[in-house]
Amino acid sequence: MPGLFAPYEQFARWCTERVFGLDPASRLGSSVEFFLYDVPKVLTLLLAVSFAVGTLQTWLQPEAVRRMLEGRRLLFGNIAAAVTGIFTPFCSCSAVPLFIGFLKGGVPLGVTFSYLISAPMVNEVAVALLWGLFGWRVAAIYIGFGVALAIAGGTVIGLLRLEKWVEPFVWEVPAAAGGVAELTLRARIAEGWRSSREIFGKVWPYIVGGIAAGAFIHGYVPEELVMRWAGPGNPFAVPVAVLLGVPLYANVAGVLPITEALAGKGMPLGTVLAFTMAVTALSAPEMIILRNVLRPPLLAVFAGVMTAGIISVGYLFNFVL
Amino acid sequence: MKIQILGSGCKKCNQLRENAEAAARELGLDFEIEKITDFGEIARLGALVTPALAIDGRLKLAGRVATPEELKPILAQG
Repeated sequence: MPGLFAPYEQFARWCTERVFGLDPASRLGSSVEFFLYDVPKVLTLLLAVSFAVGTLQTWLQPEAVRRMLEGRRLLFGNIAAAVTGIFTPFCSCSAVPLFIGFLKGGVPLGVTFSYLISAPMVNEVAVALLWGLFGWRVAAIYIGFGVALAIAGGTVIGLLRLEKWVEPFVWEVPAAAGGVAELTLRARIAEGWRSSREIFGKVWPYIVGGIAAGAFIHGYVPEELVMRWAGPGNPFAVPVAVLLGVPLYANVAGVLPITEALAGKGMPLGTVLAFTMAVTALSAPEMIILRNVLRPPLLAVFAGVMTAGIISVGYLFNFVL
Repeated sequence: MKIQILGSGCKKCNQLRENAEAAARELGLDFEIEKITDFGEIARLGALVTPALAIDGRLKLAGRVATPEELKPILAQG
């Protein structure tokens, strides 16, 4: 989509030259221009994407998703669950009630996992940031690989028949039916706007901070340094990026702008994608929460399948595509 | 009436609790607030996403922090 962000580019150039009197080719000037271009662009996209997702989400409340996935067979159910997950991001504090509710509602374990992988990984903040920082193609590739990984991960867990490693109390909870309120279109849009403002309010300081750090890297960190540590010549860059991503949960907004600056200096895109997936899908707090319903062997299988999958995505992208 | 706040104890649940308390007090209701953090209990009440709010064991709202204004009609219905 060329041209969409041209006004932002002109604004950044104009501010850098006229307001700050800096040469965009200088170190400080290129940092300032980078910052002034990225911040408004990413914040605009964040508002737009989270508004769209927040509105669409009202048609896909978890109740409705559960009814749709009830008793679905392997593979077809996994595909439906992973695709639905794109539009229904949820906070990791809801992972456990969702897990119990889905299983009790008759959604198979593997299908439940596809949803649990896809929903937090393909979330509006990550998509808006990837779009703003790397372009819509990269955002689309991320969504595609994220959905593929959720389908594969859930299918593997489903085929292994690991129900015995779900904490027994989960099966003993009596099934409950909650009602879903029908909303008018107006109420749906209001809900989208509300969720968009909420996300924006929570995330913007991380974005501004992250872009400031990225702008510094852009202007001051030498390319050779990035190439040596994170460039295509380092075969371990992908697994290291994945390991670094695990403790950075909820800070995808702060760390992605830094990876953009690193990518600008030679870090390959597959490494960026793997890192983003690790931040969103392999978070330590979520693992701790899931421990409430998964016995350690199942938790280990889940973490192992995800780690292997994310690293494969990184390598596949860097070396094959 | 018993107003039940369902959630693992994150910031959002506390916010919902405060809003529910404010709304109930403004309506002049006779109420007590119960916090439910046990995952089995949350699921038994039928909440798939938290924070959620139930009144006397019936789920009324799930997945978001409603404002006191939004909560008033829900609480008034009982």
